[in-house]
Amino acid sequence: MDPVDPVTEEKPAFVEPGSPWIAPGHSYGSVSDRIAGVVLGRTRKGWIFGFAIAFFLFLVLNYGITMLFFVGVGKFGINIPVAWAFAITNFVWWIGIGHAGTLISAFLLLMRQKWRTSINRFAEAMTIFAVACAGMFPLIHMGRPWLFYWLFPYPDTMGVWPQFRSPLVWDVFAVSTYFTVSLLFWYVGLVPDLATLRDKAKNKLAKVAYGFFSMGWRGSVKHWRRHEVASLLLAGIATPLVVSVHTVVSFDFTIAIVPGWHSTIFPPYFVAGAIYSGFAMVIMLAIPLRKWFHLEDFITIRHLNNMGKLLLATGMIVTYSYVMEAFMAFYSADKFESYMMLNRMTGPYAIVFWTLIACNIAIPMTFLWSYRIRTNTVALFLIAGVAQVGMWLERFVIIVTSLHRDFVPSSWGQFYPTPTDWEVLFGSLGLFFCLFYLFARLLPSISIFEMRDLVHKTAEEAGVIAGAAE
Amino acid sequence: MAKHPIYGLMAEFDNTHDLVAAAHRVREEGYRQIDAYTPFPVEGLEETVGFRLPLLPIITFIGGLTGCIGGFILQYWPNVIGYPLDIGGKPYDSWPSFIPITFELTILGAALFCVFGMFFLCGLPMPYHPVFNVPRFKLASHDRFFLCIKSKDPKFSLDETKRFLEGLNAREVSIVPV
Repeated sequence: MDPVDPVTEEKPAFVEPGSPWIAPGHSYGSVSDRIAGVVLGRTRKGWIFGFAIAFFLFLVLNYGITMLFFVGVGKFGINIPVAWAFAITNFVWWIGIGHAGTLISAFLLLMRQKWRTSINRFAEAMTIFAVACAGMFPLIHMGRPWLFYWLFPYPDTMGVWPQFRSPLVWDVFAVSTYFTVSLLFWYVGLVPDLATLRDKAKNKLAKVAYGFFSMGWRGSVKHWRRHEVASLLLAGIATPLVVSVHTVVSFDFTIAIVPGWHSTIFPPYFVAGAIYSGFAMVIMLAIPLRKWFHLEDFITIRHLNNMGKLLLATGMIVTYSYVMEAFMAFYSADKFESYMMLNRMTGPYAIVFWTLIACNIAIPMTFLWSYRIRTNTVALFLIAGVAQVGMWLERFVIIVTSLHRDFVPSSWGQFYPTPTDWEVLFGSLGLFFCLFYLFARLLPSISIFEMRDLVHKTAEEAGVIAGAAE
Repeated sequence: MAKHPIYGLMAEFDNTHDLVAAAHRVREEGYRQIDAYTPFPVEGLEETVGFRLPLLPIITFIGGLTGCIGGFILQYWPNVIGYPLDIGGKPYDSWPSFIPITFELTILGAALFCVFGMFFLCGLPMPYHPVFNVPRFKLASHDRFFLCIKSKDPKFSLDETKRFLEGLNAREVSIVPV
């Protein structure tokens, strides 16, 4: 009854050179050991250092929110006419970042794109953490955050209900459904990998914890069949969900009559922007992750090239939306609409607008066409970072420049961010990266069982092993 | 049927090809109480273990339908029956503005039923299962493939079944204690 040491077992190499999505020489066992090794190995100094920085920012968030709750929303720079500013910008930005994760895990699964295998797990984790960050903002932006539960329909003693015709209530349902479904999808995918970790763990606590969460998964044929069907069904329902969530977020604006918000282009425009910033974030997470944890065999240059192409494609949709938005503003012959656009381009926030154009259109759309840049990790990382900043600025421009000058010049005003605004913005990055650091340390960042399946399919296609059908 | 103090016999294979071939042979031999354990989904095994069309799509559909109807009623009832309020002269039953929440709750219902339905059908969580008593079974989540004939199979006989499994190109055949 001695424990079996998988490492000493013989490992037939299954992946031949020249296979598209995984480095040659890998077998079922080697992919399992490599990915699980990141989790079960020792904590590295670099991890502690990175986590410490993220945790510091998280403390900044706590400080900002504590002061906010203590004093009130006046700690933000918001006032009439600009009652929505950083908090809602952050909300839209974070939730948009989440969208790429669901798109990779659900849409690319339905499209049978094999290259999603090595990026879907951490992209899904990114979704969950980004939605968690996003969900915080509408709550802390409320005047009386301790009454947040009034948004939910519950039978209270007064018999009153939320206003179901309001997009703000739709938002509550959309975001909470999105969070729940993303979490379930992620967990379903994790269960077989948790079983792998349970079987590999040497540490007693790790054994118990992974054993508890893997729920006794034993990889039976029936389990796998149901697991596959469940994954496909979840992918099928998550794909329309992801489109609906940012559509509902855009309704928060379009249902209002404010010039610059009241526009039918918003739902597709917001969804495209969400996916654009989401892919930028996936790239920004993938590049350090593969380098620091030595996962270059699985997240190959070809993966980065593909993600760069997707960034380019969604960026072009975003560009088209900007052009159409500006065109429609002038073509409408509505003087408030056309003034809004002119004010964006030449008014007090013109610098923000032109920075956004540079970050979202000029820089990525110039460089991403080049194969050499898409396959250069440093350049791709920087471009993704620029696009990320650009997408934040886009939401800021949409929200603030539309609100600060509406119909009546006597009610115009300016918005200036306060220290609390910045603390909460950078603090939310801290929260996100804290969660992501913990995830990368405690759970497999790449789906292990899907990588084994990829090894199998790759070997089968190359004729290294006989197909199951024979 | 004689009661056995063991759960069954477990054969270990190196690759999917041997496992699928063995599973078919076991099925042909007349065994019905069998199960296979693999580190990733392997095609061509369902029929050997007698797996029928999964119930899961139906469960998911029921969940979606429940969410859809429940979601609409959740909005219809307060606005039309429970506490009707005239807001800007809009009709009480302004159903188009109820669509987004109805849609979201449809998705939520379908997803919850799908995931919990899957775990329920798989019998998870299951804290104890006899197959884990085989020390080498750890490798079922690594790179090995296992086939188990349960002792409750009418054709099961410790010696004969063991000999039969050993003749199937198995790397090792071990007894699974209860």
